[in-house]
Amino acid sequence: MLKQITVTVNGAQHTAEVEPRLLLVHLIREVLNLTGTHIGCDTSSCGACTILLDGKSVKSCTILAVQANGKSVTTIEGMIQNGELHPLQEGFKENHALQCGFCTPGMIMRATELLANNPNPTEEEIRWGISGNLCRCTGYNNIVKAIEYAGAKMRGEEPASTEPQFV
Amino acid sequence: MGHSMKRKEDARFIQGKGHYVDDIKLPGMLYMDIVRSPYAYAKIKNIDTEAALKVPGVVAVVTGRDLEKYNLHWMPTLMSDTQMVLPTDTVMYQAQEVAAVIATSRYAARDGREAVLVEYEPMKPVMDPYKSLLPNAPVLRPDKPGKTDNHIWHWEVGDKEKTEAVFAKAEVVVKQDMYIPRIHVASIETCGCVADYDKVNNHLTMYMTTQAPHAIRTVIALVAGHVGLTEEKIRVISPDLGGGFGGKVPVYPGYVIAIAVSFLVGAPVKWIEDRSENLQADSFARDYHITAEMAGTKDGKILATRFKVLADHGYTDASANPSKFPTGLFSIGTGSYDYGTAYMEADAVYTNKPPGGVAYRCSFRVTEAVHAIERITDRFALEVGKDPAELRMQNFIKKEDFPWKSPTGWTYDSGDYHAGLKKAMDAIDYAGLRKEQAEKRAKGELMGIGISTFTEIVGAGPSKDFDILGIKMFDSAEIRVHPTGKAIARFGTKSQGQGHETTYAQIIAEELGIPAEHIQVEEGDTDTAPYGLGTYASRSTPTAGAAAAMAARKLRDKARKIAAYLLEVSEADLEWEPGKFFVKGAPEKVKTIQEIVFAAYTNHPQGMEAGFEATHYYDPPNLTFPSGAYICVVDVDKETGGINVRRFVAIDDCGHIINPMIVQGQVHGGLTQGIAPAMYEELIYDEAGNILNGTLMDYLVPTAVESPSWETGHVVTPSPHHPIGAKGVGESPTVGAPPAIANAIVDALSPYGITHLDIPITPFKVWKALKEKGAI
Repeated sequence: MLKQITVTVNGAQHTAEVEPRLLLVHLIREVLNLTGTHIGCDTSSCGACTILLDGKSVKSCTILAVQANGKSVTTIEGMIQNGELHPLQEGFKENHALQCGFCTPGMIMRATELLANNPNPTEEEIRWGISGNLCRCTGYNNIVKAIEYAGAKMRGEEPASTEPQFV
Repeated sequence: MGHSMKRKEDARFIQGKGHYVDDIKLPGMLYMDIVRSPYAYAKIKNIDTEAALKVPGVVAVVTGRDLEKYNLHWMPTLMSDTQMVLPTDTVMYQAQEVAAVIATSRYAARDGREAVLVEYEPMKPVMDPYKSLLPNAPVLRPDKPGKTDNHIWHWEVGDKEKTEAVFAKAEVVVKQDMYIPRIHVASIETCGCVADYDKVNNHLTMYMTTQAPHAIRTVIALVAGHVGLTEEKIRVISPDLGGGFGGKVPVYPGYVIAIAVSFLVGAPVKWIEDRSENLQADSFARDYHITAEMAGTKDGKILATRFKVLADHGYTDASANPSKFPTGLFSIGTGSYDYGTAYMEADAVYTNKPPGGVAYRCSFRVTEAVHAIERITDRFALEVGKDPAELRMQNFIKKEDFPWKSPTGWTYDSGDYHAGLKKAMDAIDYAGLRKEQAEKRAKGELMGIGISTFTEIVGAGPSKDFDILGIKMFDSAEIRVHPTGKAIARFGTKSQGQGHETTYAQIIAEELGIPAEHIQVEEGDTDTAPYGLGTYASRSTPTAGAAAAMAARKLRDKARKIAAYLLEVSEADLEWEPGKFFVKGAPEKVKTIQEIVFAAYTNHPQGMEAGFEATHYYDPPNLTFPSGAYICVVDVDKETGGINVRRFVAIDDCGHIINPMIVQGQVHGGLTQGIAPAMYEELIYDEAGNILNGTLMDYLVPTAVESPSWETGHVVTPSPHHPIGAKGVGESPTVGAPPAIANAIVDALSPYGITHLDIPITPFKVWKALKEKGAI
């Protein structure tokens, strides 16, 4: 009944014997002990479990581990490269785009694909682009700013000021 | 202070290294899943666990009968009511816990759950709180000795006779029924725990999603002391929390069952509820049916208000309120206005809905009160034909009248309501918007401008009046500065995203001159932190933040003595500047705080205690009264009822600001939790007791698309009684935003004679109202 699968996670190959019904998010969290990917709902609504599967952002609670066989997964733990924060990680910190931190990994993974497809998105495109990810703390203003900041950095431009603006 | 320091806690969160309850994995850990009732009201005829026990991996199935043997099948609520942990014969609401399945894996526990067969005899539930009070309603709580009806309590405040007299003679009286619907905090992390009972040492470590770890430890000791779990044998650890908003204050049956099972089985037990369980069974917020009345003069002077409330508490009164306040701080509902008299009364009833009555990011029922006063104020403005901004300016309590005694007995500490509203009006160009609105109305287009000028009441609270289960609502800070001048500070509160690790460090840095980067803040471990009542009701900065300042000042007093000794001068000859003491007139004779701290361990004066540590338990002399002036602009599509929030300006007065970036972040988030109940969220039940939107697919938490781009600003009137003049801010926007939005939408529809709509105001409600008025 167990199936053997091989999945590349954050660059490292893992082989595991899994039940066919095992959700990918449980493979990531409980078999591979990468707990940065979170679970916030049971209806694919919240996006806290978003990861990259072969570069595409997917909700890992909605996909079986066996479906990831032979594929490449990137989680939040794989975003830091050579000790350097990814521009999105930096953008979230610099712009106060997180509070409790629970939705943050999913948001960052979703935004990674968003910027890969659209390196210079408008505010509206960002808002629609992250509309599959719920945040209960920040009210989204600063998440939008953080993604704009990362986009600018990735385009080699100077990001806007991270100082809070008041009326 | 006043500096937008980037948050210390973010490094771990952006790298996926936060540590939440579900991330905990202990050797030999078992998993628990819960069988829940499909009926809102039913007799349990039989629970057949045989098939479940045969499921591979299932270790045990626990029912109410099992817990009854240890007298653990009932528990007290925070409001001194009682609640089933697991039922022995009757279920009282849909999704109520019926049995628990314990297994070696999460999946096996779920398989076991599906295999438990429960035979029910359904009964007709009582879902309407008004019908619950009728003489023919079934008595829902026969377990309570002598109970012959479903009425829980009656509460009143203010001067009834005087208020009636003013109403009887008033030129203008307006009256509005309004419903503040049942909603759910839906923090993105659900609730859960790992209960780890160590049989050998008779010791429980309870990792759990709690906003109040110390109070929970005491509650566990009260519930389980009789089986040997006394308070010194219990350690509660609240790790990183994925949001709280009040939903992680109560003790849910799942926690108690997990403890009981760990105690009986002798292994760690993990219970993590899924989202649907969270929405369907955990504490709701609000559910107040309000009749609000206002009396005044034809030229717009408010003279009196009268509120009557019916509170639907569901199966038991499990509200999270201070003990003496069954309606929380609802009596703040006289608002920001200067008038002589008010009377408020409330009655609470049982129904077959889940229990609760938590905050939803609001200080103890303040949102309900603010919605009532801000909506009825707009009704009154409409009635007397005055602009709602002008009418508010006319009636505001004046800056010079603070401290101000309210008709319901509160002493407002400080405020400048005129300045707040003026700033909001200038920022949004109020005059320009009214002009644009007139032009649009002439063309038949719908545009609305809504105002909310609210007063909050937070920072509970003074020990004279405020306690939870008898424990006074102080909070605490302990600062230990190490020989090398670096510090650890521990608190009785518990951040759920508010950024305490940064703001508390900034407070101590300001008071003691040690850089905030050198101060490690720790919360949430009852073995190490001083006792405190936790984080909710915007109380962390007003209480524990104050405690941090006071503890730091104790250390500064000690530092002065050591500096005097080191510099061989008298204490009076020293002057303090953040980070150092120097001799007056001789600034080259100086000792830095780091040198002083080092001396406290290496070269302290004879007769003085060594070390550099202080603890303070802060008992606030009064509550704090943050306020705000919010203006919202909406465009409404006449044909579809679609509502677009075009702009929203929020001017908050939370007193002295410690970290403007964090305060602004709190306001943004709170505003989104304000638009949520105003336009999207409501827990809906049918007559048979079924929840109709118990998942995130149909319970509409706003996304980035529904949330407008918020515009924020401040006026600052420091709290005169708080050591650093701060007031607390986390909940103001959630409290203040819904009436601003509702007032804007009603303003847009007012040309067609529409004077009120209950929240959440959906496109369908708008369309229906326009249709009924013949506008379309």
